[in-house]
Amino acid sequence: VDTDRLILALAADNDHRPQPVRSQLAMALLVTLPVAAAMMLVTIGLRPDFMAAMRNPFFDLKFVIALALAIPAIVISVHLSRVWMLLLSPFILIAAIIAEMMVPQRTPMMMRMVGKSAGLCTMAISLFSLPILGAVLLALRHGAPSRPAFVGALAGLMSSGLAATIYAAHCADDSPLFVAVWYTLATLLVTGLGAVLGARMLRY
Amino acid sequence: MPSGARVRGRDDEWTDLMRSANAGDGAAYHRLLKSVTPVLRAGARQGLSRAGQSPDQAEDIVQDILLAVHLKRHTWDANAPFAPWLFAIARNKLIDALRKRGRRIFVDIDDFSETLPSEPPPEPLPSVDIASHLGDLPQRQRDVLQSIAVENASIRQTAEKLSMTEGNVRVALHRGLASLAAKLRED
Repeated sequence: VDTDRLILALAADNDHRPQPVRSQLAMALLVTLPVAAAMMLVTIGLRPDFMAAMRNPFFDLKFVIALALAIPAIVISVHLSRVWMLLLSPFILIAAIIAEMMVPQRTPMMMRMVGKSAGLCTMAISLFSLPILGAVLLALRHGAPSRPAFVGALAGLMSSGLAATIYAAHCADDSPLFVAVWYTLATLLVTGLGAVLGARMLRY
Repeated sequence: MPSGARVRGRDDEWTDLMRSANAGDGAAYHRLLKSVTPVLRAGARQGLSRAGQSPDQAEDIVQDILLAVHLKRHTWDANAPFAPWLFAIARNKLIDALRKRGRRIFVDIDDFSETLPSEPPPEPLPSVDIASHLGDLPQRQRDVLQSIAVENASIRQTAEKLSMTEGNVRVALHRGLASLAAKLRED
């Protein structure tokens, strides 16, 4: 097959029109978010005092911090611009840590950091993020990233951010210090996995 | 005409052709691919020789670029000019190709955007050819690609000849091109 013949075949395939990447990504998230939420609800469930906890700003902040990571990662993976938005979540987290320091606490700092569920937290966030990560990577294969590992890492950031949002509804450790250590550990694991898989899957 | 103006005119023409192609005009798409190929070829040859490689392998790279352009054309933003998007893909593919050959990479933007078109090599070159990959494809995809690319048949003729529906021919054609691109990526 010489190049002219290849061009003939390509031209004949002009009617095949793939969906834009953002629709594929939206579809992937729409399908896998309920899956991850169901994984949480049937295994560990909501924390028993969920309604009361909502009045604690540090409980609410966990959702904010996780979504402040996931949403920019989604936007950047489509537009590949304004990467600085990824700093939003760490910034809120640091502000939350400082805020907590200013309020008198009954439990010492180390105990707040280690919390009651450190291992479960990291494991659960990592596991809940896997279906999301898989679907998101498949969706992003429709794109044409010049840096596949970077886009894979973004896929990891958005899946762990969304999984953390879901896990936060179970998590009874509300200290920002706990979030800074164990949520971050899970995020790094999933982001690393995303980068490795992305480098392989997203090349074209 | 100064060459800058000529290049701009060419870029505008490509952008228009790609827009028509996206609107379903297969002939415009064919014309576009025909028009970009000599430029891609010249860029690939230049990139290869700059890396100290024989420019004979340029044709593989050109075909690789064309397949990627085809399979990724929905990522082009129709409000932006076509040429920068095309050359970004071409550059990535050239870098990949040089990396596979284990060379240090010097790819300049100018390799693609500033070169004069280059004619195809006069005779078939002893390089890895897409034809050698056709054999690895599933039967259906191979038959359809063979019919359309080698025998120059239309989708309808191919459907009649292979007793398939036109829809199935289209699906097999697209899958065949996608697997061809995957095969080229692997080796």
